[in-house]
Amino acid sequence: MKMKKLLVALIALALTPSVSFAAPKAEVLHWWTGGGEAKALKVLQDDFAAQGGIWLDMPVSGGGGDAAMQTLKARIVANDAPAAAQIKGPTIQEYDEEGVVGPYNIDAVAQKEGWDNLLSEQVASHMKCDDGKAYCAAPVNIHRIDWIWANKKVLDENGIKMPSTWAEFNAAADKLQAKGIIPLAHGSQPWQDATVFEAVALGIGGNDFYRKAFVELDPATLGGATMSKVFDQMRKLKGYTDAGSPGRDWNIATGMVMEGKAAFQIMGDWAKGEFSANNQAPGKDYICAPTPSDNGYLYNVDSFIFFKVKGKEKVEGQKLLASLMMGKNFQKVFNIYKGSIPARLDVSMDEFDMCAKKSNADLKTAASKGGLLPSFAHGMALKLAQKGAIQDVVTEHFNSKMSSSDAAKKLAAAVKASL
Amino acid sequence: MFWLKKNLPKLVLTPSLGILSWFVYGFIFWTIYISFTKSKMLPRYELWGIDQYIRLWKMPRWHVAVENLLIFTVLFIILCIAIGILLSILLDQKIRAEGFLRTIYLYPMALSFIVTGTAWKWVLNPTLGIEKFAHDMGFETFKFDWLVTPEMSIYTIVIAGVWQSSGFIMAIFLAGLRSVDDEIIKAAKIDGAGIFSIYSKIILPMMRPVFMSAIVILVHLSIKSYDLIIALTSGGPGISSDMPAVFMTTMAFHRSEVGLASASAIMMFLTVSAIVVPYLYSELKREDAR
Amino acid sequence: MQDKETLKLNKLEADSKRKNTIYRWILYFILAVFVIYYLTPLYVMIVTSFKTMPEIRQGNLFSLPSSLKFDAWKQAWDGTGYKGGDVFLKPYFWNSIKLVVPAVVISTLLGAINGYALTKWRFKGDSYVFLLFLFGTFIPYQAILLPMARTLGVLGISNSINGLILVHVVYGICFTTLFCRNYYVSISDEMVRAARIDGAGFFKIFFKIILPISIPIIVVTVIWQFTQVWNDFLFGATFSFGESAPIQVALNNLVLTGTAVKRYNVDMAAAIITGIPTLIVYILAGNYFIKGLTAGSVKG
Repeated sequence: MKMKKLLVALIALALTPSVSFAAPKAEVLHWWTGGGEAKALKVLQDDFAAQGGIWLDMPVSGGGGDAAMQTLKARIVANDAPAAAQIKGPTIQEYDEEGVVGPYNIDAVAQKEGWDNLLSEQVASHMKCDDGKAYCAAPVNIHRIDWIWANKKVLDENGIKMPSTWAEFNAAADKLQAKGIIPLAHGSQPWQDATVFEAVALGIGGNDFYRKAFVELDPATLGGATMSKVFDQMRKLKGYTDAGSPGRDWNIATGMVMEGKAAFQIMGDWAKGEFSANNQAPGKDYICAPTPSDNGYLYNVDSFIFFKVKGKEKVEGQKLLASLMMGKNFQKVFNIYKGSIPARLDVSMDEFDMCAKKSNADLKTAASKGGLLPSFAHGMALKLAQKGAIQDVVTEHFNSKMSSSDAAKKLAAAVKASL
Repeated sequence: MFWLKKNLPKLVLTPSLGILSWFVYGFIFWTIYISFTKSKMLPRYELWGIDQYIRLWKMPRWHVAVENLLIFTVLFIILCIAIGILLSILLDQKIRAEGFLRTIYLYPMALSFIVTGTAWKWVLNPTLGIEKFAHDMGFETFKFDWLVTPEMSIYTIVIAGVWQSSGFIMAIFLAGLRSVDDEIIKAAKIDGAGIFSIYSKIILPMMRPVFMSAIVILVHLSIKSYDLIIALTSGGPGISSDMPAVFMTTMAFHRSEVGLASASAIMMFLTVSAIVVPYLYSELKREDAR
Repeated sequence: MQDKETLKLNKLEADSKRKNTIYRWILYFILAVFVIYYLTPLYVMIVTSFKTMPEIRQGNLFSLPSSLKFDAWKQAWDGTGYKGGDVFLKPYFWNSIKLVVPAVVISTLLGAINGYALTKWRFKGDSYVFLLFLFGTFIPYQAILLPMARTLGVLGISNSINGLILVHVVYGICFTTLFCRNYYVSISDEMVRAARIDGAGFFKIFFKIILPISIPIIVVTVIWQFTQVWNDFLFGATFSFGESAPIQVALNNLVLTGTAVKRYNVDMAAAIITGIPTLIVYILAGNYFIKGLTAGSVKG
């Protein structure tokens, strides 16, 4: 009985009309709660408020957004989707297939502002739903994944150059290991293992191999001899990590490079934020270089998807938000904080550091030479099920004694089973 | 009026049963239904057949998870009950500072694992915790690297799980011991029974209901152990310490495999039912018989 | 007869006195070993919360801090003063209080009434009904998040503290009913029978006779429910966001901040702060807890 009364009371409470004048309103789900990312997002929040908007913050951090996905799905199933959510890659289209994105409220903004001209074709294609007919997401940055970070002092003292092939890397690592320095700072968590794996695959297999395996999911390539070689190199890399590696957070690994306990780390360019936070400068204290590859470039574009929402003020909120996210100033300030480069093509790179400038230059070279490829480890190349299946095999191989050829076979089988 | 009076107890139970039938049993049926569909990102309602179950049992990762659940549950329950009984018997020997000790044994239950997990991670990590500590103390050969060894990682989860829950089990058993009549113990002593046999032959068998409560609570905790694993190993190294609850969450929320996740939930559910329901039922029958 | 027995007992006790001292030592030793096991993580947490970051990086996990510094505690509770993504616990602490109090009160009351109805007003099939409740304790929460979300959406209470209260009450009653039923089953039926002969009704007996002697088991259920609701992360993270989030979600956000440099001292301080209410409940009510379990667990 009591329960029923309570329910009635609860429903009554929930139905109390919220006082609203059609001020643009946006509930934004994200997991940028710390450091530079949070500061960067604050820029957007302030812009939004300055335009008369009401920003309802929905931060759920942890596990690169794992916890946030629970929240997001619960909200969508409850028919109460947030205005915008930090979703990227083919997942955007996966949501669209479920019919929770259309009628693509922000497409009008995108057309008016001419996003097609502001973004590269590749980035733009990730942002479109409805078979590429309408914009349904806004990009905020481009991260490069295939970076290798090194402690400059450690390299100098041991007479080591930044490696330009994986053989050179191995030679350098052997030398360092003999001197008691941990060659590779790594946290063996599934996503970090996958991050290193894709960089190795890009380097050892080449651009076409990568595309065939991790974009087109070609079974022969996934289970083939080249893939075996990639796993061989992974096994070597495992030997270059220390005993405390499993489960370590990536930023702790970065800390090891900063302190000179370890020489290298393979990680996306958000690692730069850690160096900056400790007042280390690129070129002086640490070196950034792409992992060895033939003009390859693995990108990860962070973006916000705009769901179907009810109510004029919410739609207005989405439009305002989309417009602000693509704003020139926001893209600049945000990316300086975040370590990435702007998704918009017309932002001046003058105020960025040397790593970001290199990233920007390499992006153009890679695009012209067919090396500009989506990162599968960060959910840009594949749907979640296939990405997860590959990640499982990669991390299992890395943390066991599985042979390389078994791993390749298992990889092909796991992908097949997930389709 | 008479009808109302006669049926009032049932009426009082009705709201709770209504809630149960929707939020527990209704949701179970919903999950069963979804497990027979092709649901990916979000639930879909067109039936597909038993394919999700076939896919599930073909996944090596699921096998790892099930195996781990068995290892964990068995060890967790045995250790918690063993430690719980041991400590409760020791505390029952008119110990000085009993209240203080009891609080220490009990407090882990009060803390959530979100951050105690971090502390445990450090303690168990070979480059930070006990192993390093022992090395610093001069024991160079000391090795304790279960956390980072795939074959052993599940046992570190047992260690932390037992740490969290055994105190609670201790409390339940202590309470049981306290309610045993002192006269029984005295009488047994006079008959010349040793302390060990008094406990094992007389007192513990009297505490069947305590065992039941303890087992219900422990099974509940072990199949739901999620925070524990996420905080300590996130299922790693590799996928070596994966468990069904983690598997299910991963599939449902991070892999767009809602159908597959539902199938795994149902498998978990069937397992629990197969083990726990007969046990509970026989216990209840026994109580009724008395 | 009486004297003889006492004599025999005394003799037995004298015999074992020497043996006893050794036993006592072993006993205290075992207890002490377990104290170390239970206290190690808490010790690490407390020590770390008072260290500075350089101390943490260079020092030993178990070493003492060089001095008592409350900076980390202040930051965890009140923030560093800079706005924008700075997570701290204070506002969420009150959210959790607002959630815990009604959730615990409602589920405990329902559990008590259910347990009473199941034991003192037995009817055909009551064991099966109890089994229905018991089985509910085994439901894996991850599996019911999506249908629960839909239900909350239909009721119009998704994303609110009220929704969370409902969720916790729903899954809490399985436990509260279990505890209370096991307690009432051990209480003699005599009083209830007498009252019924005197013509007292269902609720009168409940409020006048049963409730007054239920304090011990109510303490148990309250402690259990309080701990469960306070420590819940899954439901909190799934069904509430932003400013209405409970404290565990805030703690998680504080600890797992995406790319910030890890402030372990703040993390640990925050963890302890988050645990303080439950710790206090355990320490203050610990005695009642044992008593409550005592009364409820074994039939005399």
